[in-house]
Amino acid sequence: MIELLSPNPPGWGGTLLLGLLHSIEIALGATCLGLLIGTGGAFGKLYGGPVVRDLLAVYTTIVRAVPELVLILLLYYAGTDLINQALTAMGYQRVDISGLAAGIAVLGFVQGAYSTEVIRGAILAIPQGQIEAARAYGMSPGLMLRRITLPAMLPFAIPGLANLWLIATKDTALLAVVGFYELALATRQAAGVTKAYFTFFFAAAVLYLLLSLVSNFLIGRVEAWSRRGMPSLKEAR
Amino acid sequence: MANEAAIINVVARTSLWLQPHRIVLILIALGLVLGAIFFMRWDWLPQYYEMGLLGIWRSLWILAVTCVLGFLFAVPLGLAQATGSFWFAAPAKVFCTVIRGTPLLIQLWLLYYGLGSLFPQYPWIRESWMWPYLRQAWPYGVLALTLSFAGYEGEVMRGAFAGVPKGQLEAARAFGMSRWKIFRRIWLPQAFYRALPTLTGETVLQLKSTPLVATISVIDIFAVSSKVRQDTYLTYEPLLLLALIYMTITGILVFAFSRIEARIPNKIG
Repeated sequence: MIELLSPNPPGWGGTLLLGLLHSIEIALGATCLGLLIGTGGAFGKLYGGPVVRDLLAVYTTIVRAVPELVLILLLYYAGTDLINQALTAMGYQRVDISGLAAGIAVLGFVQGAYSTEVIRGAILAIPQGQIEAARAYGMSPGLMLRRITLPAMLPFAIPGLANLWLIATKDTALLAVVGFYELALATRQAAGVTKAYFTFFFAAAVLYLLLSLVSNFLIGRVEAWSRRGMPSLKEAR
Repeated sequence: MANEAAIINVVARTSLWLQPHRIVLILIALGLVLGAIFFMRWDWLPQYYEMGLLGIWRSLWILAVTCVLGFLFAVPLGLAQATGSFWFAAPAKVFCTVIRGTPLLIQLWLLYYGLGSLFPQYPWIRESWMWPYLRQAWPYGVLALTLSFAGYEGEVMRGAFAGVPKGQLEAARAFGMSRWKIFRRIWLPQAFYRALPTLTGETVLQLKSTPLVATISVIDIFAVSSKVRQDTYLTYEPLLLLALIYMTITGILVFAFSRIEARIPNKIG
């Protein structure tokens, strides 16, 4: 068993670790993309016109009602198809979309819907007086966003966003079904070749668990940092 | 008079909802749907109609069974974490952390491929009454989804049990109720009411996890759509229909839960 899991070529440990690296890359990219979409979406939902608000409601409702696996398949095929059609229409060659970019785009789109809701809730939780004060100082909307709204909403948004990050790390496993090379697929390959199914799936589970435990620890630090200067949760109770 | 007022009320509400831009959006959506109906290929539908219904039935069956079993398992998990001694609380905590920290797909594959490849090595398992079940895929799917639901819901139930006001339990004790009766009449119902809103979300999440069992060769609605895609070489039509089916089930679930929630006395805590 130790031999099977050793990081050098006769063992498959290196393959698993490479898969884990790909998973983390996809999860990081998807979370960043999701945060961008989510911030835009939250501002659209709160301050946008009626059409923007309704379209965003449709986006978040549909994404949250359809299983991730189905969304991944749909977005993957539709996305690559649309890009290639656009390219051929403009007279370029068809391209193969890299698995990493496609995975990040698809998961980011899904994450965007969830983070829209989280960030919207967090912005609503900011005491109104702070925003009014900023407006009274004559801050421009951009400055107000950078100096007041985003930092003030962080302590309210981080627990929700942390959940989303954990979901993103676990959703990367779904990409194995579409054939992206990441930890779940690497595990399946290693297990299929060596027939040591239990060993490898157990090892993969441990790797994912370690990833989420380390994330939990880091998130705790970030949360403490974002709440600096605020009364601690224990005292508030 | 009351009738007229009600009608005016309804008219006011619909006119508030049907603003001009919404009418345009609805028309665009209708156009997209009609376009999909007329310009995409749906001639495979009659052939796969029965298989599809069976697939939907199987998905719903897995959803119902795993949610009920998972909830039954989540109650002791939550109780152990909320009030149990260290020796009860620690294993429950570890179980919840492990389930929530690893992807369901890996748990499913660990159970099906991993355990499934270990079992045949032991003759006493192969000769037992369980073997006909252990050879099939669905028991592993049901087990994995049940454990997953229990892990997530156990964490919710921990908060719900801990959130029941102490005074209510003390009052029950003052009435001379036995511990079991307090649990059955006061503690569990109060915790259940508190957990209900999150229970809706968990059930929808569970519905969205059911397609994973298709990866271990259980023929649910997702597997049916994959088969259609393989047979007909169509990419979008089966997937779009599949998304529509899941959205419909989600809508029905959310509506049903909101009706149940409305029946619950709303002054708790």
